[in-house]
Amino acid sequence: MAASLGIAGIRKVFGKGTHAVEVLQRIDIDVAPGEFLILVGPSGCGKSTLLNIIAGLEDPSEGQVRIAGKDVIGVAPAQRDIAMVFQSYALYPTMSVAENMGFALEMRKVPKAARVQRVAEVAAMLQIQHLLDRRPSQLSGGQRQRVAMGRALARDPQLFLFDEPLSNLDAKLRVEMRAEIKRLHQFSGITSVYVTHDQIEAMTLGSRIAVMKGGILQQIGTPEVIYSQPANLFVAGFIGSPTMNFIAGHAHSTGDTASFFFDGGSLPLPCPASQALILGVRPEHVQLVAESAWSGQVTLVEPTGADTFVRIQTTAGTVTVRTQPGTPVRVGDTTGLAVNAAHAVWFDTASERRIP
Amino acid sequence: MTVKQLSRTLLYLVLALAALFFVAPLYVMLVTSLKDAEQIRQGNLLSLPTSINLESWGMAWSGACTGVDCRGLQPYFWNSVRMAVPAVLLSTAWGAVNGYVLSHWKFRGSELLFGLLLFGVFMPFQVVLLPMSQVLGALGLSSSIVGLVIVHCLAGVAGTTLFFRNYYTAIPKELISAARLDGAGFWRIFWRIVLPLSTPILMVTLIWQFTNIWNDFLFGVSFSGADSKPVTVGLNNMANTSSSVKSYNVDMAAAVIAALPTMLVYVLAGQYFVKGLTAGAVKG
Repeated sequence: MAASLGIAGIRKVFGKGTHAVEVLQRIDIDVAPGEFLILVGPSGCGKSTLLNIIAGLEDPSEGQVRIAGKDVIGVAPAQRDIAMVFQSYALYPTMSVAENMGFALEMRKVPKAARVQRVAEVAAMLQIQHLLDRRPSQLSGGQRQRVAMGRALARDPQLFLFDEPLSNLDAKLRVEMRAEIKRLHQFSGITSVYVTHDQIEAMTLGSRIAVMKGGILQQIGTPEVIYSQPANLFVAGFIGSPTMNFIAGHAHSTGDTASFFFDGGSLPLPCPASQALILGVRPEHVQLVAESAWSGQVTLVEPTGADTFVRIQTTAGTVTVRTQPGTPVRVGDTTGLAVNAAHAVWFDTASERRIP
Repeated sequence: MTVKQLSRTLLYLVLALAALFFVAPLYVMLVTSLKDAEQIRQGNLLSLPTSINLESWGMAWSGACTGVDCRGLQPYFWNSVRMAVPAVLLSTAWGAVNGYVLSHWKFRGSELLFGLLLFGVFMPFQVVLLPMSQVLGALGLSSSIVGLVIVHCLAGVAGTTLFFRNYYTAIPKELISAARLDGAGFWRIFWRIVLPLSTPILMVTLIWQFTNIWNDFLFGVSFSGADSKPVTVGLNNMANTSSSVKSYNVDMAAAVIAALPTMLVYVLAGQYFVKGLTAGAVKG
């Protein structure tokens, strides 16, 4: 059964007086039943603290956490009906896989027969039936990850919490388990909150993404909105790989046509009338052209297989361009640059906010 | 002979010398205990006994006199057992729970409390003799084995807490969090998650406490009464009794008997001692 999750005015302050550090500043997030919310941000942004507050492992200094409409502040973690997957998996080392998965049910006084059946069901779902008698120390990293998922699933909780669950896996396993988590969420439909610092995990898994920095919620929205309409420079730079290109300059309009002027060039773009602007444009929305009022020198060509990323040094800064593989560019070439006007985003230099 | 072989030989030579140094007294005790009075009078400390004589062992156990009391070491030995077993178990259990709290259920001031507990580890126990005897008197536990058990628990708890606390800090915090979310409470987490991980440190603490409490003389001589003297005090009194001819063989047998339980504990659980002292983080 999917439950809603409401986070209202959550503050968390460590220390007091002049040494007080506010690690969470009035966080408000509403998560609809069945949603998969991603909390993403650089380390130290408060995302893990927020997750621990939802779980009840830490108390907020102020604010409310509502699960299925009920305020749970002061309610013990065990009574919140939450399952959590930890970065280190936190499997009980002295128990077998089956005992690990059945522990929460045992604590809830589920009869043994029902417990065994439920563990078998979940083990089948995760294809770990053959591991049930083993100890965690006898498992590989990927298997431990699956068992940790199984332990959370066996509970059939109201809410799933994930604390960077994939960061201890190698690249290939990470992609596999990412898909597995997505599949399990679609299958179970349980409301989930997932903490990560990996923006690819955030983009691929989330139905909505909450970007945090310095204890402040920067933006919350669907992956598409976060990607194409970032609220500020930080979000724009944090989400997307390679990162968005930023060019600082100013608008200048003559008659009906507006142009964006910057160091070493100008672009004929419809831009907000402002003296200090930053143009943000993703690598896939910049093209290499022969003739342009803006040009630079190729410093790096990075083929990744599906795409080739070309880095160009211009007077206004380095620009990354996504090109088709086999594009005939070489380091040292001079090339012109053009920007797809429809996908350009503009930021105010002073406030760093996006100008809609 | 290569340099490596030479250094090996030197190493073993040094080790053999060190072993000899520690084993020699034991050897003297054992051979003397097996000699009869005539052989001892010949004065050769290191010679093997010409005939095996077990009489002294019987005497030491149940016949030797301390003053007019000729029950041997036996009553004191059982006093020590009745004192050491509960004191070891209680102080170890107490330390385990303290360590669990101080590492995973920290509260305001818990670090300060731990700091103060460390004082207890380094405090010379002579300092507490007088106040402790007053407290025991007030509790009506003077000269009783229960009193000695309490004294040993109090004296030992600082050390056992330190052992367990340091071992438990290596248990990942997330493990405790996972169990809390799974619905286990304070005691359940202790029994089901923490204690099963504690075998090495339990062994270390049990051996440590048993050796300390069994070998203790200071508390034994200060707080025991006529009927509650531990074996260390009993041995001392027996060897110092001057009413008859000195029977060294009986004294030596008594000394070996008094030392036997700690040696036995080391032999049985010694492998865990080294393992426990060197055990690192708990592998998940």
